[in-house]
Amino acid sequence: MSSELILEVNQLYTLFPMRQSMMDMLRHRTPEVVRAVDGVSFRLEKGEVLALVGESGCGKTTIARTLIGLEKATSGEILFKGQRVSANGKDKQALSLRQLRQRVQVVFQDPYESLNPRATILDIVAEPLDVNGLAKDSRERQERVLRALEEVGLRPAEDYLLRFPHELSGGQRQRVVIAGAMVLEPELLLADEPVSMLDVSIRAEILNLLNALRRSRGISILFITHDLGTVGHFADRLAVMYLGRIVEIGPTVEVLKKPQHPYTRALLSVVPMPNPNLRRKMVILSGETPNPINLPPGCRFHPRCPMAAEVCKVSDPPFIALEHSHQAACLQAT
Amino acid sequence: MTIQPLLSVRHLTTEFQLPNHQVARALENVSFDVRPGQTLGLVGESGCGKTTTLMSVMRLLPASGRITEGNIYFKGTDLLTLNEREMRAFRWKEIAIIFQGSMNALNPVIKVGDQISEAILLHNQMEREAAEQRVGELLELVGIQRLRRNQYPFQYSGGMRQRAMIAMALACSPALLFADEPTTALDVMIQAQVLELLKQIQRNLGLTIVLVTHDLGVIAEMCDEVVVMYGGKVTEYGPADLIYNQPQHPYTQRLLKAFPDLNRATEASDSAGQDLVTIPGSPPRLNALPPGCRFNPRCQESMEICTQVAPDLVDMAAPGSEARHLAACHLLKGMEIEDL
Repeated sequence: MSSELILEVNQLYTLFPMRQSMMDMLRHRTPEVVRAVDGVSFRLEKGEVLALVGESGCGKTTIARTLIGLEKATSGEILFKGQRVSANGKDKQALSLRQLRQRVQVVFQDPYESLNPRATILDIVAEPLDVNGLAKDSRERQERVLRALEEVGLRPAEDYLLRFPHELSGGQRQRVVIAGAMVLEPELLLADEPVSMLDVSIRAEILNLLNALRRSRGISILFITHDLGTVGHFADRLAVMYLGRIVEIGPTVEVLKKPQHPYTRALLSVVPMPNPNLRRKMVILSGETPNPINLPPGCRFHPRCPMAAEVCKVSDPPFIALEHSHQAACLQAT
Repeated sequence: MTIQPLLSVRHLTTEFQLPNHQVARALENVSFDVRPGQTLGLVGESGCGKTTTLMSVMRLLPASGRITEGNIYFKGTDLLTLNEREMRAFRWKEIAIIFQGSMNALNPVIKVGDQISEAILLHNQMEREAAEQRVGELLELVGIQRLRRNQYPFQYSGGMRQRAMIAMALACSPALLFADEPTTALDVMIQAQVLELLKQIQRNLGLTIVLVTHDLGVIAEMCDEVVVMYGGKVTEYGPADLIYNQPQHPYTQRLLKAFPDLNRATEASDSAGQDLVTIPGSPPRLNALPPGCRFNPRCQESMEICTQVAPDLVDMAAPGSEARHLAACHLLKGMEIEDL
């Protein structure tokens, strides 16, 4: 396998300082900080699907938003095909956000909210072309839209051009969203919960479509989800996040079969299985994910961890290194 | 089976009047039993009539909806013969409901405890102190500290709000609890906590539950019996273990295969990149139902008769077995049934 690196993220931090009151400012208190993405590193190869999995508030969507410049990274490095991405456009050597966004596209969760109800499918799918001035004339514009629609399985594509979103079913709408992303022929797709809103039978269709695009186009996908069930069928590698950090990463089957981090183990143990005869031991963690403002000292998972030892309360486990294939950020991991 | 069902729904048909003088038949000939202390699951895709079934039983349909046929027996009383005042005595005291996303149904400017005590006082003749005592008990039952009764909903997390709603549903010690997608908006870990809580309450109070969800995993985890619905009709009905292990109806079979299963994924050595089973097309619109079997346009095994005649439910259980396993498909040759 020729491994061509599409994306490399190195020690990425996206922190949001909290608003301070006047009193706090006068007293020169350091503002509290929401540590949404707290030192994340990973790589993504050509044609690869990496799943980012975690509960709400773990920072998985913030990573996607930071990657395409919707949030500003506090520090860290994002390399797209070896080229640094510049957030402010000052760095002449680096890739500007505008250039980046032609090659990286996003699909968001809700196909009911993300389509303009008063625009035709033609205009919706053509918008990325219009914004970037990529279509020479209206004929080319329409041709590229038709090609994108066919590619996502809306056939015959001509029939869809002048229709409005409300005429389409949920699955068709999500296909339109994907067509809008594919019309620029990107190399990387950030898919943020693309199937969470859809019914079971339609969910499978959309996952198969993304799979087909990866096979035919060699597109890489960063697949963000809270649903561990879909991951196993779709992702090559899996990264589990907890409170802004990747706690375990590795090839999907390996992580699912031999999870090393106690958080991964707990998450896997509570995924509802479609088998009424299955009797298994669930590890139900008490409480909810704490907020990422006042992180506990030591390992951020230790207050909820069933395996926590004294050392976990003091020292933070080392970061995930990019070189190893399957690893967990845990001091007790075996 | 000598135990009388707590709830018996028979031939329930519900229609909605649409603005353009069309009629949408949301439910047709729906029948099922819920036995005391058990959990029945209603499963199906959006628009298949799961929520309408619950709303019909509660008689809380919107003005455009009407029950045109059928009987709903609860503890022997046909709820459809009651007038509105009599019906009100049943709601909440006998049958309570947790709605989908009901954690957002709490009033944001009233303390959680006050909202629960309001529910208690509305349905019971009771002193304020006694109601207050009950609020404390209920909160403890769902694992919330008594002290937090004086907090507002925004001070609760999502999972806690859902628990507060469960506490409110249990306020009048109902015999039957309807839970409509109780965990759909929650994270997996919180979902596990809420489901565990429901099981625990069921064990301790002998509560009967009807659980509506589209998540086949949650149903398998929770239910004794399962009703699979499609296009407003019952397509398959039986004990959970038979539905999952020997599904009879082509729709159930494909639905189970389309559901991404973690176990299956890890068994296959290289499952990533493999296509999942899909069901082409989408569920029918209720004002334009196909003739014959409602699943026939999407069914791979559809025959001529399927496009003309709607199949009846037949019993597919092994001869002599106590439990019944019903399915409605022309491919199936089973025992005819009379009482459903």
